[in-house]
Amino acid sequence: MINLKIKKIDLFKKIDLFDVFNYLGMITLAIITLYPFLNVLAISLNDTTDTIRGGITFYPRVLTFASYKEILTNKNLINSFEVSVLRTVIGTSTSLICTAMLAYTFSRKDYFARKFVTIIFVITMYVSGGMIPSYMLIRSLGLFHNFNVYILPGLIGVFNVIVIRSYIDGLPYEIQESATIDGANDLTLFFRIVLPLCTPVLSVIALFTAVGHWNSWFDTYLYCNGDKMLSTLQFELQRILQSTATLSGNEQNPYKLADPNMQHIEVSPKSVQMAMTIIVTLPILLVYPAVQNYFVKGITLGAVKN
Amino acid sequence: MQKAVLATSRFDKCVLNLRNLCKLFHKQRYLVLMSFPFVIWLIIFSYIPLWGWTMAFQEYKPGIPFTEQKWIGLKYFMMMFKDPDFYNVIRNTLAMSIMSFVVGFTMPIILALLLNEILNGKFRRSIQTISYLPHFVSWVVVASIAKEMLSLDGPINQVLVHSGIFKETQLLLAKPELFWINLTLIGLWKEIGWSSIIFFAAISGIPQEYYEAATMDGAGRFKKMLHITLPGIMPTVTVMMIMGLGGILNTGFESQLLMRNDLVRDVSDTLDLYVLNAGLNSGRFAFGTAVGMFKSLVSLILVFGANNLSGKIMKYKII
Repeated sequence: MINLKIKKIDLFKKIDLFDVFNYLGMITLAIITLYPFLNVLAISLNDTTDTIRGGITFYPRVLTFASYKEILTNKNLINSFEVSVLRTVIGTSTSLICTAMLAYTFSRKDYFARKFVTIIFVITMYVSGGMIPSYMLIRSLGLFHNFNVYILPGLIGVFNVIVIRSYIDGLPYEIQESATIDGANDLTLFFRIVLPLCTPVLSVIALFTAVGHWNSWFDTYLYCNGDKMLSTLQFELQRILQSTATLSGNEQNPYKLADPNMQHIEVSPKSVQMAMTIIVTLPILLVYPAVQNYFVKGITLGAVKN
Repeated sequence: MQKAVLATSRFDKCVLNLRNLCKLFHKQRYLVLMSFPFVIWLIIFSYIPLWGWTMAFQEYKPGIPFTEQKWIGLKYFMMMFKDPDFYNVIRNTLAMSIMSFVVGFTMPIILALLLNEILNGKFRRSIQTISYLPHFVSWVVVASIAKEMLSLDGPINQVLVHSGIFKETQLLLAKPELFWINLTLIGLWKEIGWSSIIFFAAISGIPQEYYEAATMDGAGRFKKMLHITLPGIMPTVTVMMIMGLGGILNTGFESQLLMRNDLVRDVSDTLDLYVLNAGLNSGRFAFGTAVGMFKSLVSLILVFGANNLSGKIMKYKII
């Protein structure tokens, strides 16, 4: 009995005023983080004309799926969705296998060109030609308006190579040695032994690469601008945003036409724009809860290297 | 006689070495196969653009072979330093990066400290999970959301009017004096949770005994925070700070390009946007390259300077 009482008092003593404010602050942070998403979702589900009245919070006042219907029946947007998915899948898988392969050669201490290759790769972490020389290179390689421009320039991330290499360094080398005695060559060593053992680190890097591919829009902006067949979802959303940017000076009238040098872009009603925002975010929102632990592992992985 | 013997042996050695090298090459042919295609890739996509820096010293005309281009020395650099726009751009870049550096640094540390005080593991993890989320959303999406939040009938205007700070709703994104603050706060919203991970991990690494000993000595919560937690994460803070200093010119352009409009053009131009505009949009490739090169070189100096500083202060070099 007495024990129980003491415990109860302890429990009350533990929570003081600071804790109350701390918990409240954390809840506020969560609300500030989530509310914008909910607000956008509510507007996207709300009737277009009703939205102009304003005051939508986190639930739609006049529920309608018209905006989503408009987007999902738009052939251009369906096509850009396909391009986004394709570049994410192809880009991530090719980049993963190439990065891992290179990292394996970095980890082989007996490899005669190891130092040379490592150094020339690490140098590029600190200096890069910059935007314009790269632009001219892509142009002269004929990668303009070409799907490969999404895959090739970003094929290997040097930082990822180093992360994978330090992971391979942590694996017992004896496994590789015994496989060599059994007659395995370097290709077999990599594909049959090292690659399967690297699954944890590879899945983290795959996630980061995939998010990067899904989220990128600037390469479309620079290299595939105006090409409907190669447009990505992010770029389409960006176009809608730019078309409304001119309106921000006069928002009372959301249907005012964009200025004449931005022809071809129709001003999208707010609900459509918000629906588009939700659709672009959705894949990330869907996979996020399942994989967020991997993400956190990823950053500590990088930190260990430092 | 002796000399000849020596010569042959030297020659033999050479042959032997060569043969050994060939043998080694043959033995490691798969490793070569696994790395040299990427060396070629690297030369094409990283070193050829670096070679493109030569353009900054030429009166570059497209379609003419390299040897026939006219060399003009530092003319474009002079032009850059004479351009009043350039100083405006430098001011914007430095202002925005310093603001986001200060805010983006202190806030995550405070968040990590406060998270550490939450003993309920489940609650803490949920808060952390939620706060990381915006990091994974693209800048395009964040810009779209932010424009909505800052619009005339958006929630931020409503809060400001209801709390009496503003008399009436205002176009927050059309005010040049607010642009830097807006961008800093949006950046903070996006990255606060994610940046706090590294500090939180550092706090978790502090031995529990320190806290126990401090409790025995009668230290309260704030005393412990001040005298154990903060000194405990200081090495991490310093490393991150030095790395951040190196990237002070890298404000980027994504958020500015996506958030700006005609009314705030003057305060939103960063160095990268200047390159984009001067170089690509008006076709002055060589001038744009010169500006990009200036930025790269200054960044490089800052990175290595910061690294040396870290070596002096903490006896620990990052690079």
